[in-house]
Order: sequence, then structure tokens, then C-alpha cells
Amino acid sequence: MKTRIANLLGREFRFLARPINAWSRLLLLLAAATIVASLFFPLWKMHLVAPQYSDGLDLYIHSYKIVGGGLNGQHLVEINNLNHYIGMAPIMQADFLEMRWMPFMFGLITLLILRSVVFGQMGNVVDLFAVYCYFGIFSIGSFWYRLYQYGHNLDPRAPMHITPFTPLLLGTKQIANFRESSYPEVGAILLCVSVLLIVIAGWVSRKEPAV
Amino acid sequence: MKIKGQLIIAAAVLATAATFSSCNKSSTAKNERSQNAQDTYVDPGEKDEYYLFYSGGHSGQVFVAGIPSMRHITTIPVYAPYPATGYGFDEESKKMLGDYTWGDMHHPALSQTASKYDGRWLFVNDNANNRVARIDLRDFKTHQILGPIPNSSGNHGSSFVTENTEYLLVATRFSIPLPKGRVADLNDYEKEFNGMVSALKVDPKTGEMSVAFQILTPPFDWDLGSTGKGPSSGWAFWTSYNTEMAHEVLESNASQKDRDYSAIVNWKAAAQAVADGKAQDMGSVPVLDPAKVPGIMYFLAIGKSPHGVDTDPSGKWISYGGKLQPSVTVVDFEKLQAAINNKTFTGDFRGVPIVKYEAVVEGEVPVGLGPLHTQFDGRGFAYTSMFIDSNITKWKLPPWTDDEKKDLNKVVLDKVPAHFSTGHLVVAGSDTAHPYGKWLVAMNKLSAGRHINVGPSQPESSQLIDISGEKMKMVAEAYTEPEPHFAQILKVSEIQPIEAYPKAENKDPNAVWDKAQTGATRNGTSVEAKVTAVRSRFVPDRIDAQVGDDLTIHVTNIEQTRDMIHGFGLIEHNINLVMDPGETRTFHIKLTKPGVFPYYCTNFCSALHQEMQGYLVVANTGQTMPGAVYTNGAGPAPVPDAPASVPATTNPVAPSPVPTP
Repeated sequence: MKTRIANLLGREFRFLARPINAWSRLLLLLAAATIVASLFFPLWKMHLVAPQYSDGLDLYIHSYKIVGGGLNGQHLVEINNLNHYIGMAPIMQADFLEMRWMPFMFGLITLLILRSVVFGQMGNVVDLFAVYCYFGIFSIGSFWYRLYQYGHNLDPRAPMHITPFTPLLLGTKQIANFRESSYPEVGAILLCVSVLLIVIAGWVSRKEPAV
Repeated sequence: MKIKGQLIIAAAVLATAATFSSCNKSSTAKNERSQNAQDTYVDPGEKDEYYLFYSGGHSGQVFVAGIPSMRHITTIPVYAPYPATGYGFDEESKKMLGDYTWGDMHHPALSQTASKYDGRWLFVNDNANNRVARIDLRDFKTHQILGPIPNSSGNHGSSFVTENTEYLLVATRFSIPLPKGRVADLNDYEKEFNGMVSALKVDPKTGEMSVAFQILTPPFDWDLGSTGKGPSSGWAFWTSYNTEMAHEVLESNASQKDRDYSAIVNWKAAAQAVADGKAQDMGSVPVLDPAKVPGIMYFLAIGKSPHGVDTDPSGKWISYGGKLQPSVTVVDFEKLQAAINNKTFTGDFRGVPIVKYEAVVEGEVPVGLGPLHTQFDGRGFAYTSMFIDSNITKWKLPPWTDDEKKDLNKVVLDKVPAHFSTGHLVVAGSDTAHPYGKWLVAMNKLSAGRHINVGPSQPESSQLIDISGEKMKMVAEAYTEPEPHFAQILKVSEIQPIEAYPKAENKDPNAVWDKAQTGATRNGTSVEAKVTAVRSRFVPDRIDAQVGDDLTIHVTNIEQTRDMIHGFGLIEHNINLVMDPGETRTFHIKLTKPGVFPYYCTNFCSALHQEMQGYLVVANTGQTMPGAVYTNGAGPAPVPDAPASVPATTNPVAPSPVPTP
């Protein structure tokens, strides 16, 4: 039993110390490029359709900003205008703390990737993967909580009273006269691709002989 | 029981027989009807293909309808207040309207570039008060009213745009002693009265109109005009009646001559003559006397009391509606040009050469009784409205074969009855070099009970005619308020009007966009309030003033969403502003009565539209309201002309006024 555990730990230790090959390094660089590219696209899109808004109102969530659809981002103004009737606080970029630390985290992860490329050890890739996953899940959780707060801290003096709700994070749902759809956008897809690239980078070096 | 049964059977047999016999007769009509319905029906949510801009006649407004549905879509107020859009209630539109609250709009003209509609502006005349207005097709609003035009009376022969909208050319229907304000006896009509042809310059960038120059004419009644293009580039043509120069009982006295003079004007030469300093100043307008400046005006005698004159899309054929003679006179411009160059004249009238009729007329087409106006489809066909015969007559433009020339009845191809007595008609794009063809709208002067009975004040009727085939086909009709004269048709896809005024474009110095900038200030007896309107409140919703104050209120609709229009109706003060999204409107009133006057949103905006209201508190002079707030910290107004015996209970400059007991 003792030897078995020692063997397992030994194997794991050797695996983590394993160098990664040129393919892995290339894939990691690609993952870094994908993360940088994701900054140029929205991560998430919320689309609201009502009889009066047959073309829909759009809200684009980037890692560092919120942009309304329509001319000059007018849709955000419009959504806030409508939300004031149910006492929801206006959606303002300044209120999203995430938008301050998310770009910082993307920078950090990109640095970790470059570190893995330079140090070239399987252990670095695993670190990277773990931090990235944690960051991803935390971000989604934090964003969900933000939505929860918007939907639950309703001004009691608002003209219309509705049951507190959490705006949808993923999927499609009817809220009063609006049909709300919330789906990932190009940015989020690029981030998923970068995660996948990191996993593949580890996979292709899994049998690399130890130095 | 038995008898009853037989009766039912007999009735059923009769009914069946009736159905069969009527079915054969009406099946063609029915098919035709469903075809017409398909051609003109626009499904809910679908859009029309063309704009139809009707002149609203003495309503002073422009009506916009869609073709082929013929549905009225909107009204653009021009010469008369229109509470529906707040026009004539705010300071800007009040200033444009000036001293007048009505106008008589006859002939709208779309701006053109290279003899094609460029979708920028729509110009409309006012026959009554000698004005011309410009509507911008970017926002479908009136932006300028020019006039009364000096030295002019009865701006009927107006407004006709030149090929690149360099000028609007207009002519007077009525002659008066000039300059305006001079009084002469009507018995001296021939000697003392004059008409005028005017050129209004249009700024190519802004569309701003100004009076450029005028040409003095004898006291004929100029009627309709048309500008040239192609070979007739630089020329314009007018019809006239009353070359008899009668001043009473015109009905008969102005109908004595078999022919009346058409004015043929070389506007380019006239503009050059003005530049060369050949004009005389009259009321600070350069005025040319055609007797002294040769080459700018010619006369051509056309039968009889002709009404419309229309240049065809090629610019070669000019057709005159005979009105009191049953034919359209077609003039060949190239022959006209040659006759002018060769001085083929038969004399002159007050120094203006008269061109020899036979040298320039291609033919008189026997279209029928009461031909008024002619339009063209760009495929070589012309369509003339027949006022007396009450139909639209289709005929073929020259060149004609020798056979046709011998009997011009052969070029008259088709007639379709109109209901009733058509005045103007419009073919889509007829006055451009490239008509759209396809649709013709006949604007009839009498509807005479064709519509559901609405009492003695009757609407006008318009009928849509499909001219794409060999035979004309009437497919739909619609009714409008009095009274469309001419109209213009523009393809919907050629313009992209805005649906809200972008915030960045609002240059009104009194526009406010957020709560912090709103509020009322007092300076002496002037109170000025800056208000925002947004779903569903005004900020502020309390404005304080007192009797005797000059109150100015600026309301900005801070919405940027289409169709989020707010109104500002002030109870018992005859005020109704309407602000489109992104727009600021201002009104100014002198407060004369004390009281608390609610103001509210008049243009339904939201579920809480009813709640969108506020109060104007008009205190008695010298009375202080404890809740009054002035953002500049001013107290109530000083008591004007306060009797010395009344002690001043408040300090007029005190920042927080003490209420009067």
C-alpha cells in the first residue's frame, strides 16, 4: 500500500516535472493570442424583445465595458428607462467591479501562459489551467450575483411592483412583456477556445520523456 | 307545414337561379376587383413603395400618403398651426408663421439634382400670402418660410425648381400697383398694375432660400409654370389668363381672347443680366424690365386661357392644357429656340417679342373638354386631366407619323373616367428626366357623394391609376381634407429620414439633459424654466411665478428612442408644445391671471403617461409661496408699481423669502 501511494505520487511528480514540447508551446502561444483577441469582442449578449420593440434591445457585456445596441448605445439608456418603472437601479458600468479586475486577470493569465511557454514544464500548464478555471467560474458566479442584486434590490417606491427575480444568465425567458435571451458572444467563445488550447497543449506533451 | 316547406324550396330555387345569373355577369368584375385589391393592398406591418406628398391647399399643410395603399400617413404643418405636433405654439414655429395663421398651398416641388429627385427638400408655395416654404426630408419638418415675397401678389405659379435646384421660379397670379403699398385706381389697371416673375435662390448646402431677382411683366394673371431640362435647359415657361387685362367680371372679360400669352423666360440670361447690372432696384430686389433687357422673356399666344404647362422628361416638348379649348397645344422647344434665334416674331407686347405660333407648335391634340394639366411616364406617353369631361386622357407625344399628324385624334389612346372633375394629376417623377412611371394619381375637385355621407363639408377625392399597361386602370381611391392641388411622388427607398434628433445635434442653448441642470430662475419679473421630459415625468414638476411675470419655458425631450414623443400642454394658456425625441421647444407668455395651472404630457408616451404632469403656480403679485424654488436663489418678483401706502413685506432680493401674512 505504502509503495503504491509512493509510486502514484512519484508518477505524478515526474509528470508535473515533464517538459512540454514545441507543439505545446505553440498551442499555448495561440491560447494567449486568443485571450488577447477576446478583448475585442463582447463576452455576452442580452437580447430583449417586446411587441413595442420588435427589433429588440441589445446589451453587450465586454470584460471591461457594457455597451447598448442601437445608435450611440441607445439601447442601454432605453433598458434603464424601462427598468426604472419596476424600481431597478440603472445598469451602469461603474457598478460592475468585475470590469475593473477582469482585464487585470486576463493579463495575469496571459503572463502565466507566457511563463509556461518559457519554463516549459507540465506543472506550469496545470497551474495555469487551475487558475484559469477558477477565474472563469468565479467571474460567472460574480456576474450572476450582480444580476441577482439588480433583480432583487428593487426600489419599493417604484410605480410597478413585481416579484424580485434574477435576470437570465443563459437561455430564454419571458419577463412581463419582454422575451429575454442571454447567450455567450464571440469573446466568451474565444475564451473557451483558449481553455481548450491549454488542455490540448498539456495533452500533446503527456508522453514527453523526462529530461 | 307542407305549404311552408314548398315555399322554402321555391325560395331556395329562386335564390340559386339568381346567384347563377348574377354570377356570370359579375365574375369578371369580381376578378378585376380582387386583382385591384392585390395591386394596392399593403399587408399590416408592410410598407408602401412611394411617398405621395399632397399640397393641402387652403389647409396650409402637406399631407403625406403612401402609394399604392393611398393611406394618409402623416401631415406636415407648414402655413397653419397644428396642435398635433405643437406647430405654431412654440417660439420658433410662431416666428416662421409670422403674422399669418393660414396659407394656400398649391404646387409642391421636390428638389432636383441633374433633373432627378435628390430627396433633400420639398418646396411649397403659398398663393395667399406670397410665400414659399422649405420642408427638409431628413425630418419631414418645415424649416423656412420665405416671404411675403416683395413686389408680388398671388404666388400661384410657384414653385418650380430648376434642374439642379439653383432657383425656385415663381410668378404672380394677381397684379397690383408696384411696389407693394402703392394705391392706384382699378380703372387704371392696364397702366398702373404689374405682375412679376421671381427667381428665389436656393443655397446648395443648406437649402436656405432668398429672393435673387425679379422680372416685371404686364398685368396678366400668370397661372402655372414649368422649368426646362435637356434642350430647354435654362428656360422656364408660364401660362396666363387675362391678357385682356380686365379688372372686373374676369369670368367673361378675361375669356374674350382666343389665345393668351405664355411667358417664355430664359432664366440663365436673366441671372446674367442681373450680374451685369442691368436690373433696377425695387424694394431692395433687383428687377429686370424685359422691354429694356432683351433676350430674357418672350411671349407665345396659346389657346385658350391655358392652365397647366408641363415640360416632358426629354425637355423637348412643352404641352399646354387648353382649359377653354378642347385640346392640348404641344410646342417643340427646338423650333422655339430656332424661332427666337431667327427672330421669327409677329410683333411685340410692351417690348416683349411675340414668337410666331405656326413656327413652333407641333400640334393641337384633341383630348376633350377642359384639359388642365399633363404628366408624362417617360415612355413617350402623356396623361392629361380633363376637368369638364371628368377623365384622364392618355395620348402619345411626338414624333407623330404623317398619318397621325393629319388626324391627331389618332394619338389619343385611352380615357379613364375620374370622379369627379380632376384638377391636377401626378405621375411619379413626371417632372424629372427619369419618371418612375407606373402610378398616376388623379386629384379630383369634387367627390360629390362618392364617400360615406359626412354632411355638407365634403372631402376631396384622389384616385390611383395604374399606367404600366397599354390601357389605364383605376385601382383605388382615397379622400383627403381640402384641398390637394398638385402633388409629388418620391420612391421610399430614396430617402432615409431620421427617427430621433441625435443629442449631439441639439444646439439649443437652453437644452438641458439631466436633472441637475433643470429648474427655474428669476431675474426681475422674468422667470425662465428649463425642463426635461422623459418617461414619465417632467423635471421640475413645479414652476413658480406670479401675475405680471414674463414666463419662458424650455422643454427638452431627453429621449433618444423613436416615437417617444412628449407634449407640454398648459391648462388655460393656449400652449401645447410637442417635443420629438432629442428636441428642445420654447414658449413665452405674459402671465395675467393668478391660479395653479397644471401642465401635462399631451402626446401619449407610456403606461404612466397620465402621471406625467406638473403645476405652474401663478401667485398674486407680491404674494410669496413658501415652496417656491428658484435655482438662482432669487426671491419673488418686486411688486411692480406698488402703491406707496402698501408696505413691502418682503425683500425682493432675499434668498429665502418670508411668506406674506
